[in-house]
Amino acid sequence: MSAAPTRLRRWGKDRILVTPEGIALPVTVASRGARLGALILDLIFIVVLMIGSTLALAAIGGGVAGLGRELRSGSAAGQALQFLVIVWIVIMFLFRNAYFLFFELGPRGATPGKRMTGIRIAARDGGRLTAEMVIARNLLRDIELFLPIVFIASAGVDSGWAWLAATAWFLIFMLFPLFNRDALRAGDVIAGSWVLERPRQKLEAAMSVARDAALGPAIEAARRGYQFEEAELAVYGEFELQALERVLREDRQQSIETVYQTIAEKIGRNDGWNDEKAFLEAYYTQLRARLESGMRMGRRKADKFS
Amino acid sequence: MNAAVSSSSWSAIETAALRSDRFRLDREADWKRLEAIVTRMEKGRLRGVSDEDLLALPGLYRTVASSLSIARETSLDAATLAYLEALVQRAWFIVYGPRSSLWEWLRGFLGGGWSAAVRAIWLDVVIALAVMVAGTVVGWLLVSHDPEWYFSLVGRGMAGDRVPGASVQELHGTLFGLSKENGMSVFAAQLFSNNAQVAILAFALGFAFGVPSLLLLVQNLAVLGAMAWLYHGAGLTLDFAGWIAVHGTTELFAILLAGAAGLHIGRSLAFPGNRPVLQAAAEAGRRAALVMTGVVLMLVIAALLEGFARQLVDQTFGRLVIGGFMLALWSAYFFAFRGNADSATRVERRR
Repeated sequence: MSAAPTRLRRWGKDRILVTPEGIALPVTVASRGARLGALILDLIFIVVLMIGSTLALAAIGGGVAGLGRELRSGSAAGQALQFLVIVWIVIMFLFRNAYFLFFELGPRGATPGKRMTGIRIAARDGGRLTAEMVIARNLLRDIELFLPIVFIASAGVDSGWAWLAATAWFLIFMLFPLFNRDALRAGDVIAGSWVLERPRQKLEAAMSVARDAALGPAIEAARRGYQFEEAELAVYGEFELQALERVLREDRQQSIETVYQTIAEKIGRNDGWNDEKAFLEAYYTQLRARLESGMRMGRRKADKFS
Repeated sequence: MNAAVSSSSWSAIETAALRSDRFRLDREADWKRLEAIVTRMEKGRLRGVSDEDLLALPGLYRTVASSLSIARETSLDAATLAYLEALVQRAWFIVYGPRSSLWEWLRGFLGGGWSAAVRAIWLDVVIALAVMVAGTVVGWLLVSHDPEWYFSLVGRGMAGDRVPGASVQELHGTLFGLSKENGMSVFAAQLFSNNAQVAILAFALGFAFGVPSLLLLVQNLAVLGAMAWLYHGAGLTLDFAGWIAVHGTTELFAILLAGAAGLHIGRSLAFPGNRPVLQAAAEAGRRAALVMTGVVLMLVIAALLEGFARQLVDQTFGRLVIGGFMLALWSAYFFAFRGNADSATRVERRR
């Protein structure tokens, strides 16, 4: 297994996932808010689809009013209507049970609602997300969501105990994700899946190359002017190097000056005055070269205290 | 230096000051290619990805994954590491995502995966079967001791003509002579939708350690027992058996499997053995989900039998033949059919 990721821990939602190749990947568990938002969006889509298809079928059937009468007559029109009613029943069943299945089985592993909130499902053990997992986690949705909602709606507030029981049931499952670390709902527990944030990261230019290529030899020459002694480089470790990299990439004059002053004071040099950026870039490159050659020898220096 | 100004990658590699940056520039083309493929697939434009790219995807994924491993050991460029980590994760989602062809999965499922899953939960099937038999007996006994029980079990609305004390004629009428009725197909679709929902419920309730699944089985089968008692009293036992058997062998089998699947999950939650509870639940859940997909299929068939075959075949012998045939078919499929070993193991392996 390769070493743990070097990225700084950001918050309590970061987890390490080990792929079948043995590579440890940092992943971020989707926030409960994003998941609730995704669920609400999906429910809205489902309701809109249900209403839309019902209206469309009703239009084809020529109005709902005469439906019951026509169904009992054995005429050809009755037969056609029967067929439409079957289509309607099947469509309603599919919307309720197959909507989530269909989308989560696709290569994106996310329903439209999840896609909009930037989350998706994955296997908790780092292996393949299988169809069985998706089926299992969505069958449970029935008792988590649809059933108690139907109960609550049919019981009504005035029926006392039944309503209370249905609401308690609903709340137990709705609040389930609040009481475990990975925000798993009951379906995730059964399926062995979890919901993760979708990563987005652009490749930024390499620090030691890009500027040279873009701005030409002038800066390159200027940078060569700064040479740091071994002792001057030895004061900092990887943590400070990455902080410096961030400052350089953000490229804000004010923070560059502050950082320059801190470093210059620490190593006792002041020849970079009015040329702070080039000074820091040179320092960054040489510090990195030093730390990386140490790494190749198996010596790592985590921060300035080690 | 002119070459560097034109930013050709070769000269960029030459001028890069750091070994880790040279490493990066060497491999950047592969990374970018993988990113382009992954981005296109994430947008759902599978058709926009050429065959060549699709074939290269797993290889590229492994290349980039190994780049990440090396970079972690040799490079301190935080931006590159973060990019690689995100890219490997995105590619991992795709490479280890749900298999793209639902059709292939379905073939493996029907050709052995389903029956293998049913056999894997055989103990739960046996328990559920015992519970169902017990439920039927309980229903029978309750009603034979006190006919008032009939109404609390069956319910007045559902009972209709089928009440204790009804004449043999009336009871006979509920079993036969319905073939002229219209709206059969609608009836069948409704039955399916309703039964499938009940089966899903029986499965999903397994989450509460399987107890509600069993209660649901007992309750449903007690109704059957009570009705059996009623028809037995009128001397119509065989006719009733035929009336139920047409679709019942399929439908009760499906409900049996759904209850067993729920019980399987409940059992793995209550007694996970040496495995962590979450892992045990996940393994059981996936096995049970396979069974449940099959249960929904069985219920479609049961609804068709109930809606059409029962009304069209208006005599007991024919009904019993159909019911017996279906029972033999399912039993053979689940317990004798080993299936296409290849596809069965594929489903097994991917689990």
